[in-house]
Amino acid sequence: MNTLSLTNLGPVTDIPLGEGRTYAVDGDMIAVFRLRNGSLRAVSAVCPHKGGPLADGQIDNSIVVCPLHLFAWDLATGCSQSGQAPISVYPVREDDGQILLGE
Amino acid sequence: MTQRLVVIGNGMAGARTVEEILARNGDFTVTMFGDEPYGNYNRIMLSNLLAGVETEEGIFLNDLAWYSENGITLNAGVKVERIDAKNKTVHDSNGVVTPYDKLIIATGSYSWTPPMKNVHNPKRGYHQGVFAFRTLDDTRGMIRYARDHERAVVIGGGLLGLEAARGLQNHVSHVTLLHAMGHLMERQLDPKAGQMLQASVEGKLGIKVITNAMTTEILGKDRVTGVKLADGTVIECDVVVIAAGIRPNTEMAANSGLPVERGIVVDDQMRVEGQPDIYSVGECAQHRGSLYGLVAPLWDQAKVLADHITGTTDVAYTGSKLSTKLKVAGIDVASMGLIAPEHDTDEVVVYNEPKKGVYKQLIIRDDVLVGAVLVGDNSKAASLIQAFDRGTALPEERAGLIFDIGGPAGEVPPAEMADDAQVCNCNGVSKGAICGAVSAGCKTVSGVMDSTRAGKGCGTCKPLVQRIVEWANGGAAEEDPAASWYVPGVPMPKPELMAAIRKYELKSVSSVFDKLVPGGEHDAKSKMGLASLLKMMWADQYIDERDARFINDRVHGNIQKDGTFSVVPQMKGGVTTPAELKRIAEVAEKYNVPMVKLTGGQRIDLLGVPKEQLPAMWADLDMPSGYAYAKSFRTVKTCVGSDFCRFGVGDSTALGIAIEERYQGLEGPGKMKLAVTGCPRNCAEAYVKDLGVVAIDGGKWEIYVGGAAGAHIRKGDLLVTVDSAEEVIKLTGRFLQYYRENANWLERTYAFVPRIGIDRIREIVIDDADGIASRLDAAVDEAVQSYKDPWKERAEPATPGQFRTSLPLTVLPQVPVRA
Repeated sequence: MNTLSLTNLGPVTDIPLGEGRTYAVDGDMIAVFRLRNGSLRAVSAVCPHKGGPLADGQIDNSIVVCPLHLFAWDLATGCSQSGQAPISVYPVREDDGQILLGE
Repeated sequence: MTQRLVVIGNGMAGARTVEEILARNGDFTVTMFGDEPYGNYNRIMLSNLLAGVETEEGIFLNDLAWYSENGITLNAGVKVERIDAKNKTVHDSNGVVTPYDKLIIATGSYSWTPPMKNVHNPKRGYHQGVFAFRTLDDTRGMIRYARDHERAVVIGGGLLGLEAARGLQNHVSHVTLLHAMGHLMERQLDPKAGQMLQASVEGKLGIKVITNAMTTEILGKDRVTGVKLADGTVIECDVVVIAAGIRPNTEMAANSGLPVERGIVVDDQMRVEGQPDIYSVGECAQHRGSLYGLVAPLWDQAKVLADHITGTTDVAYTGSKLSTKLKVAGIDVASMGLIAPEHDTDEVVVYNEPKKGVYKQLIIRDDVLVGAVLVGDNSKAASLIQAFDRGTALPEERAGLIFDIGGPAGEVPPAEMADDAQVCNCNGVSKGAICGAVSAGCKTVSGVMDSTRAGKGCGTCKPLVQRIVEWANGGAAEEDPAASWYVPGVPMPKPELMAAIRKYELKSVSSVFDKLVPGGEHDAKSKMGLASLLKMMWADQYIDERDARFINDRVHGNIQKDGTFSVVPQMKGGVTTPAELKRIAEVAEKYNVPMVKLTGGQRIDLLGVPKEQLPAMWADLDMPSGYAYAKSFRTVKTCVGSDFCRFGVGDSTALGIAIEERYQGLEGPGKMKLAVTGCPRNCAEAYVKDLGVVAIDGGKWEIYVGGAAGAHIRKGDLLVTVDSAEEVIKLTGRFLQYYRENANWLERTYAFVPRIGIDRIREIVIDDADGIASRLDAAVDEAVQSYKDPWKERAEPATPGQFRTSLPLTVLPQVPVRA
């Protein structure tokens, strides 16, 4: 997990169920996903392969698939399932309907 | 309620059936009986064990732990003596009575011993030094005995006999193979091929082969010293292996009053005739008069039985077409269907090169492959087996079926390819990378494709990827259960999936995962295919979950390499007006569109548009979506037809516009690209479209389907010639609907049409042989009625942040801007 100061990104309802949205935090772009099981995941927004926008990818309850070349990463660990470099993972949680990123 | 399932037989069929039932979450407590005191093992690998290329552990499919992990009671080494069908119990050799609710008989076969004097010893079973070749114990005994002896005779020149002979060479110095028939493997090979194989076995392997050799007597008092043939010949030896064939184990079933002919008689659900709760599967079962001794049919039977017993209705096993592709004693052999022509009109194509040990024979009936035999060269076996299984029409050039004549480089055998040879030209994956994935533990074709991305681009290299994976696996890729599934995350082929979706009225993608996937696991890679299928099935009743859509379908534009999108206004039939052109030009200028490009489908592509600008651009354009992104009906390309062209014989432009107006946006399993051309000069390239219409003289129109000019090149097949534009429009819809309902996910028409066969499609779509034409018309009409222009979503986004940028701040590879 990467360290970040705690930031409120706004209401969870800003992210449709099963999709992701990109947030600019401390000069970084972070993709936050709201899984269909209700939990949140936050990862680096940039695909390490060719810079694809991961928040535009499709997810299930464990992975995100980059929309450009369909490489897949585990949302919990950041590990690639398709032989690519890993992506960064950030702590994120929901509190009173708000998305709280960082610790 | 949990039912008691009893399985008699713990071999490949019995255990596989139980595995299939477990995979379907069948609610059973399972008890299995096996004659042999082991878990279950791969009998086919006994040859490898004998040959010393496999260890005992290596041939086990499920060890004893598997049984306990799955709560299965295994009675290993316990024989069932009779079934009491009336009281639903089985009685075993220990005197124990086990009740059942459902019973499966998978007793397989035993090794058949031809009548010979002195083969049995009254005290010990077989005479000392004589072995059958059927079980692990047989094989162990044979290895132990052969080690201390020198000369072996194998009785039986079928596949098993050849394998035994080859394996024994590992233990003794002289092996003679005796075969009662005129040539080896007479069930699979014609005489020429059999002789060719014999020459190879003798020349390359040094095994002596005697055909027409009827063994009448085993010689030797205490132990074997030789065998005697019907003509009086004596062959001295000290080991005899009998591999003369197998017979189904049906005695117990027959004694229990079950219907037994050659095998236990079963119906299409593998149910024993007249017995609602007893099933039989594998080599002991007789289905529609046939017994099967190969693995592939057995797997099919196990699936049907598992489906049926766990409550899937409408499943039936309808028999298997038999084909084999193997190495017989180190020599490539493949065989399928007939080994000799049956009709005067059957076409026989033969190639024979004795010096190299290569022989190939095809038997063709009405342009369809009905039999093939290959010896010494299996390079074309995979494609022939496919043509044989599917019954597809063969190309005119028969030679191409058995040779690679100027074929693409992809036809090089994997063994001869360099490690760094590029296999997947879209994703740059080498042969070495594929082999690396296999040695890292990925044994299935789809697994290798997932981990390397090979074959995930245009898809043309998939057959080569498969061959390399098979080769790297040492012969065959592991069977991939997912290969027949419609999408990777839901374990069902399309018809079964559609039936389940209808049965449970599943109208959203998440409900399909929740209901149909064991454990309810969602799968990102399955979402798009399911969304397309559900939309097709439910039209406006479909519950649209936006996360099930690929980004292109969420924002109605094609994502580009830099994360921007493209805007393609609709331009029906490629026709536009000066006013529309002006508007497009103004919008392109206003939004600084980096590139304006005319597409292959006669549309104007505005490339490089940031996501957040899409709604405003669409509003300024105020034109409908041109569908340049989805797995859906794309464009209808046209020529100018009769309006201006000197040669045009039909108004292709008007017809193209009418087709596009009617079917715009229609979703499908793949893209649908169409064209209408005004005369056979084909300026609109209609012969190479998913559906192409060609005006011919006399006011008629030809409809071609299954054409392609992309990654695959294929001229479409002529479906029909009709007299009016109205008929073209109607039949277009009917064909597209049939394709939508029956094609696999991402299967384009160029693969779908040859798979089904143009004649069959014509029967359904034109002649209405199945009586479904009006239903297809109604279904496509319903889909057309539910059409909405997706670009209207610009005013009110469907989801929060639908058009918010996901572009990273880092500098990305920019699409070059041309002056």
